[in-house]
Amino acid sequence: MDLIDIGITVGKVVIIFGALMGMVAYMTLFERRVIAFIQGRIGPNRVGFQGLLQPIADAVKLLFKEDVTPAGANKFLFAIAPMLSFIPTLLTIAVIPVAESSTIFGREVDWIISDINIGILFVLAVTAMEVYGIIIGGWASNSKYPLLGALRASAQMISYEVSLGLALVGLLMVTGTFSMTEIVAQQSSFLQWNIFKQPLGFLLFIIGAFAEVNRIPFDLPEAEAELVGGYNTEFSSMKFAMYFMGEYAAMISISAIMVTLYFGGWQGPILPSPIWFLLKVGAFLFTFVWVRGTLPRFRYDQLMRFGWLVLLPLALFNIFITGVIMVL
Amino acid sequence: MIEAYFPIFVLFIFALITPVVMLLIPKIVAKREPTPIKDAAYECGIPAEGDARERFPIKFYLIAILFLLFDLEAVFLYPWAYIYKKLGLFGLIEMGVFITILLVGYIYVIKKGALKWQ
Repeated sequence: MDLIDIGITVGKVVIIFGALMGMVAYMTLFERRVIAFIQGRIGPNRVGFQGLLQPIADAVKLLFKEDVTPAGANKFLFAIAPMLSFIPTLLTIAVIPVAESSTIFGREVDWIISDINIGILFVLAVTAMEVYGIIIGGWASNSKYPLLGALRASAQMISYEVSLGLALVGLLMVTGTFSMTEIVAQQSSFLQWNIFKQPLGFLLFIIGAFAEVNRIPFDLPEAEAELVGGYNTEFSSMKFAMYFMGEYAAMISISAIMVTLYFGGWQGPILPSPIWFLLKVGAFLFTFVWVRGTLPRFRYDQLMRFGWLVLLPLALFNIFITGVIMVL
Repeated sequence: MIEAYFPIFVLFIFALITPVVMLLIPKIVAKREPTPIKDAAYECGIPAEGDARERFPIKFYLIAILFLLFDLEAVFLYPWAYIYKKLGLFGLIEMGVFITILLVGYIYVIKKGALKWQ
């Protein structure tokens, strides 16, 4: 490993990380505009052309807001909790191939930050850590609504994580590898996409994904009507913003994971590969917003019953069926 | 193999510095005027009552324990799924026995009402 290698590595990280942060910022605008159109409103369109400068205005406003720490809070945990929920969501993109390899300075560059041989396990391990930020934030606030929201969030996230993990087992049986690059390589043509080999597995995965990122219809941790705002009630200024950026980053990275695992990753005809990747991820992000504009929220007992009594047996059934079909 | 994790470490540095900087900026540019009312825990505008860290339903513990059980099961399933193509029918029957034993426990949990939220 010499200087050029290190330079390429840092360059790749800067580009992919920068793209992710840019997408997080503009996802806020995208969501508000799309939700507005779904509800027959216009949405933010005053700051810049069609509201394109709105995320910057929001960021500046939040930076100048007073940062209030509640009197009874655990100061240290209260300060680091937003970071704990934000950092893991950013790390997930490390194992996602975003484009086909190209040649730079006479070297072959794979457009993936690190092609480790345990890609899927890395994703599961890192996304599982997101729950720490929420439960520590809720507990450290020493306030009732955040604590309730945090308890709900952690119970929900670990419940749906089980079916999320089990849904991936079916995929793993078909592909026989943990490496994201190899999984993309196996789906070289449209009919070889894993969604056709694992339709039930994908359905389970996308439901689990909605629950993991706490989006409607699974947004009970932050149910505005009953919990004021859930685990982030006491947070203000940039700490508050960080929870939301974490949620958007999680949404983007889980969309990228679904694209990579089930929809052939960056591969596609005619258009260059990064464009295909962004289009596919964008389609999923639109689905996230669309579902938010369409569905009501679950009740908590329905949510738990659905997770444990419907998704879990279905995930086991999916593994069984996949096993039987592969033996035959 | 260990150098494959170097880029992840670089990404971690970036992912660590960004939020730290973002949290430090309000400390410098935003004004802070704490008052006892402002620092009180939020309870819909009425004065906060008692401590928040009280008892909460035991259901949450149960869910956590069940999660450990089924996540461990998933941990066993991963290496099995990885080499399933080589194991074939033998692997299917082996895992079938394992899952059946686990399902007995799962049905017991349902019958005992551990997953009822009322």
